[in-house]
Amino acid sequence: MRFVDSYLEGVRKIDEIIKYAKIEGEVAEIDARDLRHKELNDLMRECVLRGARKLILKNVCGQRYIGTRLFFNPGVNVEIVIYGTPGNDLGAFLSGHRIIVYGNAQDGVGNTMDSGEIIVHGRAGDVVAMAMRGGKIFIRDSVGYRTAIHMKEYKERIPLLVIGGTAQDFLGEYMAGGRVVLLGLNLKNGKHKSHYIGTGMHGGIIYLRGKVEDYQLGKEVGVVDMEQEDWKFLEKVVEEFCGHFGNEIKVDKDEILGEKFMKLIPVTKRPYGKIYAY
Amino acid sequence: MKSHLLPDFIVERIEDRCNRCGVCVKQCPWGVYSWNDDKTDILIDYTKCVGCQRCVVYCPNNALIVKPYYGSYRPNAYWTKDIISDIKKQAEQGGVLLVGTGSDRPYKVYFDHILLNASQVTNPSIDPLREPMELRTFLGRKPDQLEIEIRDDDIEIKTELYPNLVVETPILFAGMSYGAISKNAFLALAMASKEFGTLFCTGEGGLPKDMREEYGPVAIVQCASGRFGVDPEYLNCAAAIEIKIGQGAKPGIGGHLPGEKVTAEISATRMIPEGTDALSPAPHHDIYSIEDLSMLIYALKEATNYEKPVFVKIAAVHNVAAIASGIVRAGADVIVIDGFRGGTGASPKVMRDHVGIPIEMAIAAVDQRLREEGIRHKCSIIASGGIRCSADVVKAIALGADAVYIGTAALIALGCTMCQKCYTGKCAWGICTQDPNLAKRLNPKEGAKRLVNLLRAWSLEIKDMLGGMGINAIESLRGNREHLRGIGLEEWELRVLGIKGAGE
Repeated sequence: MRFVDSYLEGVRKIDEIIKYAKIEGEVAEIDARDLRHKELNDLMRECVLRGARKLILKNVCGQRYIGTRLFFNPGVNVEIVIYGTPGNDLGAFLSGHRIIVYGNAQDGVGNTMDSGEIIVHGRAGDVVAMAMRGGKIFIRDSVGYRTAIHMKEYKERIPLLVIGGTAQDFLGEYMAGGRVVLLGLNLKNGKHKSHYIGTGMHGGIIYLRGKVEDYQLGKEVGVVDMEQEDWKFLEKVVEEFCGHFGNEIKVDKDEILGEKFMKLIPVTKRPYGKIYAY
Repeated sequence: MKSHLLPDFIVERIEDRCNRCGVCVKQCPWGVYSWNDDKTDILIDYTKCVGCQRCVVYCPNNALIVKPYYGSYRPNAYWTKDIISDIKKQAEQGGVLLVGTGSDRPYKVYFDHILLNASQVTNPSIDPLREPMELRTFLGRKPDQLEIEIRDDDIEIKTELYPNLVVETPILFAGMSYGAISKNAFLALAMASKEFGTLFCTGEGGLPKDMREEYGPVAIVQCASGRFGVDPEYLNCAAAIEIKIGQGAKPGIGGHLPGEKVTAEISATRMIPEGTDALSPAPHHDIYSIEDLSMLIYALKEATNYEKPVFVKIAAVHNVAAIASGIVRAGADVIVIDGFRGGTGASPKVMRDHVGIPIEMAIAAVDQRLREEGIRHKCSIIASGGIRCSADVVKAIALGADAVYIGTAALIALGCTMCQKCYTGKCAWGICTQDPNLAKRLNPKEGAKRLVNLLRAWSLEIKDMLGGMGINAIESLRGNREHLRGIGLEEWELRVLGIKGAGE
């Protein structure tokens, strides 16, 4: 059986692909049409090393790990604007950058993301915000399965995921911290279809707009009343959401906030503390 | 509920040696010793004794003997005392039995059924005291071929090489997290690695920020299913990154660090709030296939600019050879295979004692499979789980490993006596505890010295064994099964191990 390293095979050197980038001062435009995963990331890194702080990526089609390679010590902050469909693990391990996608995103958006911001003008696939530990993600439409699994927080570093539409099963499974806001703007009858919401959840908060029945929730979450602070928080979040997408999907803040929200929190910080014999 | 359990140990005090100094009261964290009301005598409640031997070693008068409790049930080869005690414990507490350390069950130990070769007459043995003996090991992917250019006297390698790690002996310290073990124990492993020229694995509890600059270059940082303490700086400060899929002591399940062990410093290192359980899910929820694994391997390579080898650690399970082949094809630079004897700070007993396969079998099967597929050079193999002595190291390498991880042996060097109570967090030797009063018993400098001594001793022994075989580099031993013979093994066992029987 021939050994194929589909990720590395045929990757061209920087000198051969630099022609796909146009760098003007702090702005670099890259045409990603003919670039392989690694080539695009090599080129993005090269552009930043040459002084670019805003990267505009055109014709992106499935290239993975956009933004992941841009870890520098000391850090720099880069704005990455993507036209097309970025591939899996967009912004994985992201460190401080801002990514804006005009199109849909695939699986693994913000995987183990550390800080920064990802804004998707479209939908996203499975495992969004897995093990995310800081920064913000805004998705205009819906997301797939296993969203925000094992998201976590520490002191003032509280990650935020806002989803305009709905999510599939296992939303917030094993969630250990952070905030997830599900706005349900595209629901047909006001009902979310997700099951196993918050199974094994032991930290953080999920805010849901729209209906969810008890059987759709994991055993480890409880529904509690919204308090003043929650509304204050949501007001800020929804305002930010509308700032990003308000023009595209014709919604306004008051309309969104005018409806009922559910607040889900874990029943205990130690869901599995009592299953052992010592 | 009255407990029906029998004691595990009994404490005998040699009365004419004991002067009631009280050291035992201070040293025992289990509550065996206590002063009487007017502080004139020390009372002994041996039912609480776990046999850690701390009091015996530290009694200034050598007045204490701790030995297994000899009273027992009617002898029964089937319903043993262990089995009866476990049933009683579960009947009283109704939960999953927890244990620490690797399996202590009397399964066949294949290392002890394999003998090494030595040179006699027909090829000379080498005297390591007089001749150079190479233990230096390079870990990582090797190229298919080397292109070199010779210009005058200069030879230049034209092939672009993959990142490799260099260790001065084929022994590395296995993943043991800060959280499972104390900061001092963790630090001792890091210091010893730096001094000797080897590497330690952080386990999945992160690497404290104050250790990154000094010990990052000798650290293999783990990225496990809980992703605790994984940030871009953590990944970039390290020598390598290890994706932990499974471990030998509990293949297929996750792990729970109980909230009471998540102290302020541990919470800062893992980046979770103080006092919450640190739950590691059983699978990585972004890895449900070899393709998904490949995606995380390359995510980590991307996050570290392709400068670090990526390890993938799996437990030795039934189809380990096929799985390992997939892992190499997924892009891993090093595969760590953890046998069923692998240690742990806490595991359900049923998993530890009944799941997995022996490391000897797993290494032989994986090495054979990768050779058959022509991809053995694409990765290094680290054998882990129950390596007890330098002979085990040599046998593991001759069966096909590049190097070994030691965990339990390293902890024993630090003071561990295998009492198996790691999960209680009360380790009397300051290793598996977050109690500051217990943790300070372990001086990291002295611990590092013990570890360096152990590495030095084993390395000397390995050189002796190599020299005896007429080999002068550890590399020449890798997968060299001609140097092994089985004793007391059946045909199928010899076949799986790929070795001949003694006398053949």
